[in-house]
Amino acid sequence: MAELCAVVGVGQTKHAACRADVSIAGLVREAVDRALADANITIADVDAIVIGKAPDSLEGVAMPELWLADALAAHGKPVFRVHTAGSVGGSTAIVAAQHVMAGIHGTVLTIGFEKQSDGNAMWALSVPIPFGMPVHAGAGGYFSPIVRGYIGRSGAPKHIGAMVAVKDRTNACKNPYAHLHEPDWTLEKALETPMLWDPIRFIETCPSSDGAMALVLMSEERADKHAGRKAWVHATAMRSEPTAFAGREQVSPVAGEMCAADLWRKAGIKNPAEEIDVVEMYVPFAWFEPMWLENLGFAPRNEGWRWVEDGITEMGGSLPINPSGGVLSSNPIGASGMLRFGEAAMQVMGKAGEHQIDGAKKAVGHAYGGGSQFFAMWLVSSTKP
Amino acid sequence: MALRDIAIVGTAQRPSEVNSTFTSVEILLPVIQQLLDKVGIERSDIGFWCHGSCDYMSGQPFSFVAAVDAIGAWPPIIESHVEADGAFALYEAWVKIQTGEVDVALVFSNGKSTSGPIDQILSLQTDPYMVAPLKPGFDALAALQARACLEAGVVTERQMAEVAARSRRDAHNNTIAFTKGNESVDDLLAMPYTLNPLRAHDCATPVDGCNAVVLAAGDVARRLAERPAWIRGIDHRIDTQRLGARSMIESSSAAIAAQKAGVAKDRIDVAELHAPYTHQELLLRNAMGLSESTHINPSGGALVANPAMAAGLARFAEAAESIFAGAADRVLAHCTSGPMLQQNLVCVMEGE
Amino acid sequence: MSEADGLVRLRQPIGVTYNWSAGPNATSHLAGLMNGKFVGKRCPSCALVYFPPRNGVCPKCAKILAGDVEVGPKGTITTFCIVNVPFLGQKIKLPYVAAQILLDGADISMQHLIQECEAEDVRIGMRVEPVWKDKSEWGPSLENIQHFRPTGEPDRVMGSESGAS
Repeated sequence: MAELCAVVGVGQTKHAACRADVSIAGLVREAVDRALADANITIADVDAIVIGKAPDSLEGVAMPELWLADALAAHGKPVFRVHTAGSVGGSTAIVAAQHVMAGIHGTVLTIGFEKQSDGNAMWALSVPIPFGMPVHAGAGGYFSPIVRGYIGRSGAPKHIGAMVAVKDRTNACKNPYAHLHEPDWTLEKALETPMLWDPIRFIETCPSSDGAMALVLMSEERADKHAGRKAWVHATAMRSEPTAFAGREQVSPVAGEMCAADLWRKAGIKNPAEEIDVVEMYVPFAWFEPMWLENLGFAPRNEGWRWVEDGITEMGGSLPINPSGGVLSSNPIGASGMLRFGEAAMQVMGKAGEHQIDGAKKAVGHAYGGGSQFFAMWLVSSTKP
Repeated sequence: MALRDIAIVGTAQRPSEVNSTFTSVEILLPVIQQLLDKVGIERSDIGFWCHGSCDYMSGQPFSFVAAVDAIGAWPPIIESHVEADGAFALYEAWVKIQTGEVDVALVFSNGKSTSGPIDQILSLQTDPYMVAPLKPGFDALAALQARACLEAGVVTERQMAEVAARSRRDAHNNTIAFTKGNESVDDLLAMPYTLNPLRAHDCATPVDGCNAVVLAAGDVARRLAERPAWIRGIDHRIDTQRLGARSMIESSSAAIAAQKAGVAKDRIDVAELHAPYTHQELLLRNAMGLSESTHINPSGGALVANPAMAAGLARFAEAAESIFAGAADRVLAHCTSGPMLQQNLVCVMEGE
Repeated sequence: MSEADGLVRLRQPIGVTYNWSAGPNATSHLAGLMNGKFVGKRCPSCALVYFPPRNGVCPKCAKILAGDVEVGPKGTITTFCIVNVPFLGQKIKLPYVAAQILLDGADISMQHLIQECEAEDVRIGMRVEPVWKDKSEWGPSLENIQHFRPTGEPDRVMGSESGAS
């Protein structure tokens, strides 16, 4: 039987298009220092470090955790690197938690980061493969046809994506760390933004950000002695499937459904929509909010868009999604998943400040990556399981 | 919490080649199938899959994603990937099994060291602001370390040549090995320097390769293998990368990892050390306190076949096989990562 | 080098050249393209036909694809995207339609360009055919096809394939 694990410290950077004021190491250290301060420990108290980021080509440093050992004061300690595409921030937090749950380390620091301004993300993510047909354009070009598939089969009206985007951008104004602070969006204005990858509009796409997130995790033994609010990890889940095969369901991938079902089972959740207070969901393109609502088992198939339209996912709704502003407002790729996991923890710790959902007891962090094929989730709570 | 007993119960490796025209999927699929057949299990018996590789080996972002095609990830599986040698993937799988969530894990790694200028590629691991723009070759960084060791009297050129001669000779017994030779120590010492004080035979042979191992817990392991290689201790540690900030004539991270893994508790029969340069084997032996009675790298080691990102897991496969065969009772497997032995992972395995 | 806010910024481009191999299992597919043919491969286990034969394996069955199967040349659009965003290295004039096309006889769609019609007229289920470049420009690549264009045939009713691979 695994041990319990709690989040005792959360720290993130101010996310921005270009954090020219810091190096990669400085960016990472900014998040780490805040997480350590939040946990009221020093880096000397950390037993092991688990670090994740998306493709190394984004900054042009191969396996940068090696070089970052200095910035992390990691000499003589274990440093472990995870890379699972866009879900990496989530799976890194899970791997870190497992070090605690397995009883191997008592205090683990975990970090997700990306400094996209140091490289060229559009290039780094679309290196043309010889002999193929280079017609797609970045992640938007990849996901747009899938969104079209969802709209077609669910009958969702065209404004749903813009509604999600306006909600997340509005929420982000309550999050001092968010990259985009754009308080003046209205649905009308949002619908006037150009189609970039039709049916995906400009407003419905995530920015490219520099940023980092760090969490301090502790075993039950240590967390019990630790003053301060905690987020107890009730369950973690991961699932993967191939990118493409004949007949693959891409709108609601089976791996996502299985990942969520596994999470609900492990955490003893019978009715997710009723029992979960807030969700930090990986929504890099606005239409993925209704798609994931269905995929994760919150809303019935083809009904997710109605939840958006009815305001259920707004901060005042019965299932608030992304009060932090989400990926649509800050997207340092390698950190984005951990931001979801960390923001979920902040909610149940009561540390989310202006974007706090009152009384949040159970929160879910969700991340996905690749061609909607890698999924990572955790469920955290203000009380022990 | 008491740790679970976990063992390697099967291994498979692809013979080394250079300038392979196969894709990573094409080489991984048969190796994984071979391993499943050997252990006598199906894909559905695997509770967790973990992969080690590095995008910079192939120059493609998300290069590991294609490997998901090779493992038959349908219905969806529980799987993870490390941007590191497969030995670190093995560590993650070991952690996963320790949580009690799964009992069987398959770990695999692949690396094509000959599809690009490996010496330049690996040096992209250095400080991107102050060091990488100077384009230090990876071999040249090792040569700096070798020079420091020679000057300090920690190693001699003769000892380095002895490591090379032994490795090249042992390689004859290993179908995976690429470089083989029967030269005497004096023959090797007569060879010209390539990067003074290193000679060609002091440096690892870059090859393309892949490998896989199955880990299992407790009774499942006993059922799957006649003589499982039980993991008695495993640990990894890192040093600073900064050239001027650490002693180049010792490896403190290897020493700590070895101590945590319990290397010194008893005699080690066989040690498979991932030492891409001859002087590094000598440094590692010192750091881990290995005695003369330990047989180092009977496989020939990384010097005779170094598929980057798979060479560390290959050490695990070789060490476990010596337990399976009854040739050894207590073995050590090691993996290094980063320039000049910056990061080290050490594992002690025993037969029952 | 640029100076702003009192900071000096340097751009340090890094270049590494790799040899890239398509792999032996892609040979018949690429050779087919050099002869103006679409050659896919069949999974020996589930019998589905892959075009292109991704890495030469069926990811679902983890089996090396076995027999060559000629597919197309006509196909049906399963879903599409109208691209309006400029990005580095893009060679195609905006806006353009990038569509998933299921070639007749294949079980997995591939991505290509749709031209010779207005972007807003493109729809799921539309029948399309390839327009090949001049033979002198052919190589082992899907780039041998300039684009796909509507055939004018009646649309095919798409079921579960819509939005799928």
